[in-house]
Amino acid sequence: MLPVIESFGVCKSYGTTRALDNISFTVNESEIFGFIGPDGAGKTTLFRIITTLLLPDEGTIKVLGLNCTTGYKELRKNIGYMPGRFSLYQDLSVEENLNFYATVFGTTVEENYDLISDIYSHIEPFKKRLAGKLSGGMKQKLALSCALIHKPKILVLDEPTTGVDAVSRAEFWQMLEKLKSHNITIIVSTPYMDEAMRCDKVALIQNGRILAINTPDKIREGFTRKLFTVKAMDKFKLITTLRKYPETITAWPFGDSVHLTLNGDNTDDSLLIFLRNEGITDPVIEEIAAGIEDRFLELMEKGSKG
Amino acid sequence: MFGNNYMNDKVIYVHNLVKKFGNFVANDNLNFEVYRGEIFGFLGANGAGKTTAIRILSGLSRPTSGEVIVAGFDAYKQAEMIKKNIGYMCQKFSLYEDLTVKENIMLYGGIYGMKLALIKKRVHELLERLNFQEYENRIISDLPLGLRQKLAFSVAVLHEPKIVFLDEPTGGVDPITRRQFWEMIYETAAGGITVFVTTHYMDEAEYCDRISIMSEGRIVALDTPAALKKMYEAETVEEVFIKIARPALA
Repeated sequence: MLPVIESFGVCKSYGTTRALDNISFTVNESEIFGFIGPDGAGKTTLFRIITTLLLPDEGTIKVLGLNCTTGYKELRKNIGYMPGRFSLYQDLSVEENLNFYATVFGTTVEENYDLISDIYSHIEPFKKRLAGKLSGGMKQKLALSCALIHKPKILVLDEPTTGVDAVSRAEFWQMLEKLKSHNITIIVSTPYMDEAMRCDKVALIQNGRILAINTPDKIREGFTRKLFTVKAMDKFKLITTLRKYPETITAWPFGDSVHLTLNGDNTDDSLLIFLRNEGITDPVIEEIAAGIEDRFLELMEKGSKG
Repeated sequence: MFGNNYMNDKVIYVHNLVKKFGNFVANDNLNFEVYRGEIFGFLGANGAGKTTAIRILSGLSRPTSGEVIVAGFDAYKQAEMIKKNIGYMCQKFSLYEDLTVKENIMLYGGIYGMKLALIKKRVHELLERLNFQEYENRIISDLPLGLRQKLAFSVAVLHEPKIVFLDEPTGGVDPITRRQFWEMIYETAAGGITVFVTTHYMDEAEYCDRISIMSEGRIVALDTPAALKKMYEAETVEEVFIKIARPALA
C-alpha cells in the first residue's frame, strides 16, 4: 500500500482564526478517503493546501512523494480538482469547457476519453448547451469530467454533492467507485454522513481538528454506549419528554425516531412508565447498532466539553 | 403533530397551477393544500420545478394559470400582501453580513412593519431563547454557519407570520446544529405557524407531517412519510425518492 498523500502536523490560520490545527493523516493509493465535517471545519482549507493553492503555516504535506510547497509545478499536472462551487465557465458550452481543460493540461479529449466516458455520456447529448444552463447534477458530471480529462493520479473533490438531490448523489458515488479500478486515489469532503460509509477511510473533522480517523465501520464501533431508538406518533412531544427523563444522557432526532442513550445503558420498565405518564401511550423502543452519525455526534459533544 | 382544530384552516391553496417560461413548462398542473401548523416538506430533484413554485407561493412571481391562494391572499392580485404575511429564509441570502446580530433583528422588524417597542421586546426574547446574549453586538460574518442559520430562522418568524418558507435551511451545517434547528421548527409549528421547507437531507423529510415530491414539473407523490414508505415498500424516504424522482435530463 503506497502512501500518496502524507500530512504531518499541518496548521493554518486566517488572522486569529485557527482553520487547521495539527492535521496529520495518510492516504494510500486507490483509496477513497473521506473528510466528514460541517461547514467551517477546515475541509476546504486543507484541500487547497493539498492542491498546492495555499501554503500551510506549519507542518508539511507530501503528495506523490513531493512536498506541496516546493513540488507544486509537477504536482499540478497530476491532480484533478473539483472545488466547492461550480467553477467552470458558465458561458462556454459543455464541450468547450471539456476541450479547454484538456488543452490547459496539454492533452486532448480523445486521449483519455475512456476514463470519463461513463460520466460524460450522461451529458454528451447536451454538449452544445452552455454550462450555466445545466441542472445541478449535470454541472457536477461536467466538473468531474473536466477534473479527470488529464488522467490525474489524485482526484480532490470538495463537497461535490452539496445541494444536489438524492438521486444524483447516488449516481455520483457510483461513478466514483468505478474510478478506483483506474488506480486513481480520491479524497472527498462531504457534510453527508451516509456518504462516509462509502469511503475506504474517513477522517471526522471539526473546528480544524481531526476527531477520529479510521475505516467507517471502526469509527461506528467506537461508540461508547448502548444505543436505543424510540418511536411514537408525536415526535416533538417524544423528544421533549425523553429529555425530561432523568436517566437520559442524549436524545437526538433521527428521521422518524429518536436515538437515545441512557445512564446505566439500560431500558427497564421505568422508561416506559415515565413515557406513559407523560401521555405517550405507544412508544416502540429497540436497541440498535450505532451509525457513523451517532459516533460523530458523540465525538462532537465530547469535543465541545473539553 | 398539528392539532385537529388546525386541520380546516388552509394557509396554502394551489389548484391547477401552471407556470411556463416560453415553451418550457416548469410547473405542470400542481394541486395541493397546506394547513395551519403543518410542517410540509417540499422535495424534488434539482430542476424539478420546486424553486419556481416557491417563488410563486412567496409572492415573487405570478402563475401562468391556475389558482394560488397564500395566507388568504391571491397570488395574482395580492402578491404584496402575501409578502407581508410570510417569512422566508434561503441559503443564498438571509442576514446582512456586515451588520451585527441586534442590527439585523431591528432592521427586519422595521421591514416587517412592527412597532419599535415590540421589536425591542422580541430582540430581548430572541437573544435569550437562542442563548445569544454574548453575540448581540457581533457582526454576522464573524459567526459560524450554524448560529447564523438559527438566527436567520428566528428573524424569518420575528413578525409571527402565518407561514414561513425555508429553502434548504440546513445545508452544510453540523449534525448537532441541524437537529437543534429542526427542534426550533417543531416548536414554531406547534405554535401555529406553518413551515414549508425544502431539503436535500432525506432524513429531514421524515420530520415533516406531510411531504410532496416533484419530478419534471409535476407532483408525483404527496402524503405522510409513513404512508409513502408503505406505498412504495421502502424503509426510508430516501428509498421512496430514488424510486420515483428522476433527475432532470439536463
